[in-house]
Amino acid sequence: MADFLQILVTAVAVGSLYALIALGYTMVYGILKFINFAHSDVFVLGAWTGFTASTLLISRFSISGPPPLWLGPLVLVTAMVVCGLVGFTIERLAYKPLRKAPRLNVLITAIGVSLLLQNVGQLQFPIAPDLALPFGASPKRMPELLPDAALLTMSFGDNQVVIGLVDVIIVVSAITLMLALEVLVYRTRLGAAMRAVSFNTDNAALMGIPVDRVISITFVTGAMLAAAAGFLYSMKYPGLNQPAHEVWVLLGLKAFVAAVVGGIGNVRGAVLGGFLIALIEFMGQFVWARTLDQWFSTSMAPTLRDVYVFAVLIIVLLVKPTGLLGTPIREKV
Amino acid sequence: MPLLEVKNLSVAYGAIKALHGVDLSVEQGQILTLIGCNGAGKTTTLRAISGMVRPSAGQVLLDGKPVTGLKPHEIVRLGMSHCPEGRGIFANLTVDENLALGAFMRRDHAAVNQDRQRVFTLFPRLKERLKQNAGTLSGGEQQMLAIGRALLARPRLLLLDEPSLGLAPQLVQTIFRIITEINQQGVTILLVEQNAHMALNVAHRAVVLETGAVAMSGDAKALASSDEVKKAYLGHG
Repeated sequence: MADFLQILVTAVAVGSLYALIALGYTMVYGILKFINFAHSDVFVLGAWTGFTASTLLISRFSISGPPPLWLGPLVLVTAMVVCGLVGFTIERLAYKPLRKAPRLNVLITAIGVSLLLQNVGQLQFPIAPDLALPFGASPKRMPELLPDAALLTMSFGDNQVVIGLVDVIIVVSAITLMLALEVLVYRTRLGAAMRAVSFNTDNAALMGIPVDRVISITFVTGAMLAAAAGFLYSMKYPGLNQPAHEVWVLLGLKAFVAAVVGGIGNVRGAVLGGFLIALIEFMGQFVWARTLDQWFSTSMAPTLRDVYVFAVLIIVLLVKPTGLLGTPIREKV
Repeated sequence: MPLLEVKNLSVAYGAIKALHGVDLSVEQGQILTLIGCNGAGKTTTLRAISGMVRPSAGQVLLDGKPVTGLKPHEIVRLGMSHCPEGRGIFANLTVDENLALGAFMRRDHAAVNQDRQRVFTLFPRLKERLKQNAGTLSGGEQQMLAIGRALLARPRLLLLDEPSLGLAPQLVQTIFRIITEINQQGVTILLVEQNAHMALNVAHRAVVLETGAVAMSGDAKALASSDEVKKAYLGHG
């Protein structure tokens, strides 16, 4: 029981991060109808910018011992701003010139942008080695911005369930951002314009909506959410792998699966998909790990957690290809 | 000076020339109807005027100033509203949100509210359906929404593309009555129609397009009684 609850806590925390990343995939798909493969690299950039910013701030203000409370939020905002600017630049330079090109060209360009970000991130001539600028090819450790404290401990017989401060901060920040996005998309004029552009770009322009600017804002918003997810992720898992590491690729891929499972193009679907994918990943591992290992007397079960995620993707695509909350696209007559 | 002047407008889709050298002008306060068969270039003409397609040659002048090359959203700001073919409503948004987008670039909230009331007077049905998704409206209601939404941009010139398409005969009557009413309130209208009979009836002037060029133009009543138009577009004679 305690094990189960402990894993549930982690699943919810990681799920909220998947959801944040999935939102960026789904918003861009909703508006431009292509998968922005560079999105997961913006997430990585968020984590690494968080590292560089914290290191810089800690040395600049000669902070020793536990960092002050304002540091975390400041680093979060920095990462979001930097990634927002990068998202803006990517859209302007790589995707905007292809507005009228076939979707496949844009998709291939996205893969190219992804490779570019991964490789620039690994560059070996650091401008400032202490700060990892560029990030370099070796792993780094995120400084501790929050004490690794238990906020709540529950006992079940001999076992304990610990809800850590970091988990709570992650979930609260992620949900706050999601609610802010919900308000933006469904309660504001700009949000209505985003949904109109997503429905039909030509007709949105006829309303006097500056379509290119709306697309830019959508990209920047998605990139900022990914940055927040990257930073929050590095709070929970402070060992930062180098920017092109397969761990990052897999995380980005799972968030993409979350967007597809929830119904790509659907903002609420992305949130649902994020939590669902994490639950399946962690619960699958928890439930199956022992059983499988007993049956086959191996210890391969932990490596199977990715399998559950992609198995769910296959099932959803077979049973409801539009995703859980997606609606079928009607072909125009 | 005419409110809208189109000079020698040509449009090509790839190798296919859709318009070759169309000239037309719409006088302030009038209704000009553009009639012709399927594929004659009526919709393309409207799309080129509102900036949705870039003409390969020619000029579009609004108030004597060229708007060719401007983006559609910039042209809307100059007082031209285009109610596109197939109504162009946002089915995933509510009726209320659709109307709000019609006034997207306006900041004069009090005047927008007045215009909303005016739209509700023209189309009382819209007021009953404000919170409904626009995709759930009937075809006639969608057309009303499309026209009402275009009016919320407070246009001086309204481009209407086949507003009667797919509507029941009684609704067609209503829509044309409302078009006249909007015109009497001071909005200049460029009306594209397949229903030549009704269109010539409400319009002041008319232009007949054939295979991408102007075949005839003149006073609507005179055209309606000309033998050629009767034979080709009014189904008798």
